[in-house]
Amino acid sequence: MQASAHTDAHAHTHDAHHHEPSFLQKYVFSTDHKVIGIQYGLTALSFLLFGFFLMLCMRWQIAHPGQPVPLIGSLLEILIRNTDGTPLLAGGQMSPDVYNIFGAMHGNIMVFLAVVPLAFGAFGNYVVPLQIGAPDMAFPRINMASYQFYLLGGLTWFASIFIPGSAAQAGWTSYSPLASTIASYGQAFLLVGLVLLITSSLLGAVNFIATIIQLRAPGMTWMRLPFFVWAQFVTGFLLLLAFPPLEAAGVMQLMDNLFGTSFFLPTGLAVGGKIAEISGGGSPLLWQHLFWFLGHPEVYVLILPAMGVVAEIIACNTRKALWGYKSLVYSVLAIGFISFIVWAHHMYLTGMGTKISAFFQTTTMIISIPSIIILTCLFISLWGGSIRFNTPMLFALAFLPMFGIGGLTGLPLGFAAADLHLHDTYYVIAHFHYVVAPGTIFALFAGIYYWFPKMTGRMMNEFWGKVHFWGSFIFMNLIFQPMFFQGMAGMIRRMSDGGIQYAQKADAKLIGGLDKVYFDLHTVILWAAVGLAVCQIPFILNLFMSIYKGKKVTNDNPWEATTLEWQTPTPPPHGNFTKEPTVHRNPYDYSLPGAAKDFTPQNQP
Amino acid sequence: MEIPYTSKPRPDTGLYNAKVGIWLFLASEVMLFGALFSAYILLRVGAGEGTWPHGLLSIPIGTFNTFVLITSSVTVVLGWASLQVGNFGRYKVYQAITILCAFGFLGIKSFEYRDKFKHYEVWLKNPITVHQGGKEVQTDRLLGHIEYEGHHPYFWNTARLAGSPEIKDKNGKVVKAAVARVESFKFQPDPIHYTMSPKEMAHAKKESFGHPHQEIEIKASDVKRLSAFVPSHSTFFAIYFTLTALHGLHVLGGAIVIFYIWGPGAKMWKTDPQRYMNRVEVSGLFWHFVDLVWIFLFPIIYLL
Repeated sequence: MQASAHTDAHAHTHDAHHHEPSFLQKYVFSTDHKVIGIQYGLTALSFLLFGFFLMLCMRWQIAHPGQPVPLIGSLLEILIRNTDGTPLLAGGQMSPDVYNIFGAMHGNIMVFLAVVPLAFGAFGNYVVPLQIGAPDMAFPRINMASYQFYLLGGLTWFASIFIPGSAAQAGWTSYSPLASTIASYGQAFLLVGLVLLITSSLLGAVNFIATIIQLRAPGMTWMRLPFFVWAQFVTGFLLLLAFPPLEAAGVMQLMDNLFGTSFFLPTGLAVGGKIAEISGGGSPLLWQHLFWFLGHPEVYVLILPAMGVVAEIIACNTRKALWGYKSLVYSVLAIGFISFIVWAHHMYLTGMGTKISAFFQTTTMIISIPSIIILTCLFISLWGGSIRFNTPMLFALAFLPMFGIGGLTGLPLGFAAADLHLHDTYYVIAHFHYVVAPGTIFALFAGIYYWFPKMTGRMMNEFWGKVHFWGSFIFMNLIFQPMFFQGMAGMIRRMSDGGIQYAQKADAKLIGGLDKVYFDLHTVILWAAVGLAVCQIPFILNLFMSIYKGKKVTNDNPWEATTLEWQTPTPPPHGNFTKEPTVHRNPYDYSLPGAAKDFTPQNQP
Repeated sequence: MEIPYTSKPRPDTGLYNAKVGIWLFLASEVMLFGALFSAYILLRVGAGEGTWPHGLLSIPIGTFNTFVLITSSVTVVLGWASLQVGNFGRYKVYQAITILCAFGFLGIKSFEYRDKFKHYEVWLKNPITVHQGGKEVQTDRLLGHIEYEGHHPYFWNTARLAGSPEIKDKNGKVVKAAVARVESFKFQPDPIHYTMSPKEMAHAKKESFGHPHQEIEIKASDVKRLSAFVPSHSTFFAIYFTLTALHGLHVLGGAIVIFYIWGPGAKMWKTDPQRYMNRVEVSGLFWHFVDLVWIFLFPIIYLL
């Protein structure tokens, strides 16, 4: 149809163009799961970079309180304004309000706009249908809507930074009553965006689960699914069932903020020294329960797809089957179930009672068991393998100890008694960043390097990939390792000046004070973060330049992998497979005795 | 390759894609409403003595609306069953009744809402004496209706009594006209208050039946707090409006989908009858869920 808009010079090609989709149909309003996956990926990577930028500003403020933000301070002064139109960064200095805004947006953007969409939306969309031998997702148009809701939600948040009074300031947890007593519309924007994002994840989750149940190729039984698909399957259920309570909570907080209700506002609440004119009768604890009911499964939404990616890459690059495939599958299912009954371990200090704490402490210890089984299986899988140390494998290998550190340092937080000391300190930040940043994000980098040849038909540059890996690996640890020490010494998080007013001379042992050495670590962390930023430059250049200049792949299966996504044309066309694949074997049939090659694809009889 | 099982069931699961999809979607919806019901329980259990309004919603209207929805649930099944035996005409009739019931339900609900927006509670600084249940009672909290300059105003609150000055924008254009302050207003108190027990309320209603409404004059300076029965009145009305509005949105959404399939989308019956029946089935499943939510909502909000 759109061929009629072409110029006469192209008239002779009309017939050939007739069924070609237009640019908009092909790249913007596409219903092809692969295009949607790439859309998710590029958008999420942009938000990942933006969230990192916000954190760089914050780290500057922590290390050098009150000094103007270098390079971009004056730009931020123009862009970010208070409700009365005055700049929030007077003279380019970050005020405590701006610190809170950046902190809240860093957390929200990283979780909801960067890591989840990258792990679930991008890789899940691109890889899952290919791995199960499906032509597309079960509901392609719903899939498209899922991306569009995500984009809309993301833009709502991004735009909220530039409204008068700027964005939300109550942390990513949005605890009431704080979130309902700040005089700007930032929180309302955040909640509206959140509802859009939850809609997006709902549509995505329904689609993923239905696809995995319904569209598996003939012979693709449940126990022949690649582990990545299992991880995405469980993640889909977590998103499906854990997000709606947050949506309910978000709607209620929106009512509190816009219609003056008191869902989360207690009787006798005083704001700014005056009793607030509200009905009262609400419960701040209710918000925390609803929030963490999502919040904890969300942690597994962040980590399970990463484990899936790592499992795929380890199996391929050790040239042997994953050790304990069944244990991996049952563990990931166990995590899925147990993750719904651990949420209140985030709330030991709320005074909800020691009996409840004891219950959640027990479930928290129980959930660490399947996590450890997964990690152990992955470690043992390395044993006796002929390992290829390419870039994806390096990132995947680094994931193991990084996630190990993140997970093990979580145990003291899971015990109510130890948590009394560690709660709300930098220790907590170090713990969950080890899980998510050098953990999940490394796995996602690994996935990008691994599946890039399938998406584009070209390899990413190995040398610059290794520069990216080693730089990121060193700087990530330099950023987060010192925070363990700061936190154990008692340094509180969320202080806009890094807590400098508590600094003491080494000999003055006053209660509540901190030795100055812990504040010097702020400077180390700042420059490590800058170093980490610099190390991302080779990655960004490598990612875009390899699309045009990368080494062309010589066949459809450059890594010599067994799973079905490598048995398609490169890049896969609309509809994926030239003919319906039939699955004859387990996902990781590497180095079978007597086989012609050291890998036997799943669709090979 | 085409996407398989869009209308035929997959042999090993016995389901077509959309049916898996709708059940997953409903599971998610259960969690959404489940969270709100949990919030209701927590807020109610935590409410202080005499702060949880009860007996303020009209049970006859609620009951009638329940029957409207149940009727629609029956007709949606009958419509689907008619399609199964190939009787398209009868399906059209049944599903038309479903859609009418849906909009009837919403109409009745909006009437109920409107009624709440002009019904008030006033908290007074000093107790006054009023007739309640055939006796003189001293109280500082009254329910009832406001009459001001011959109108029954909507949405008044404490701040409205003080009035508000004119607001101009930068160019001196009036954005919001000034609102005059209220010196005093007429108030027609109800014979009941929710601080009474349900038994006392029933008794007071019976005693006052047939008596003309008493009317008192309340000075704005005597008012501690004034609120219509709007979400900010109390956590009860907050959860009442949130739950019923969210349920209402589901009714509206379901009705629109069913209407689309019934009207503009009915051409598919000629081209792909199996898929058309699937659509009717899936929308019907959603409709039953919406009804089921109301079956839980009605007793906990209206009766308890």
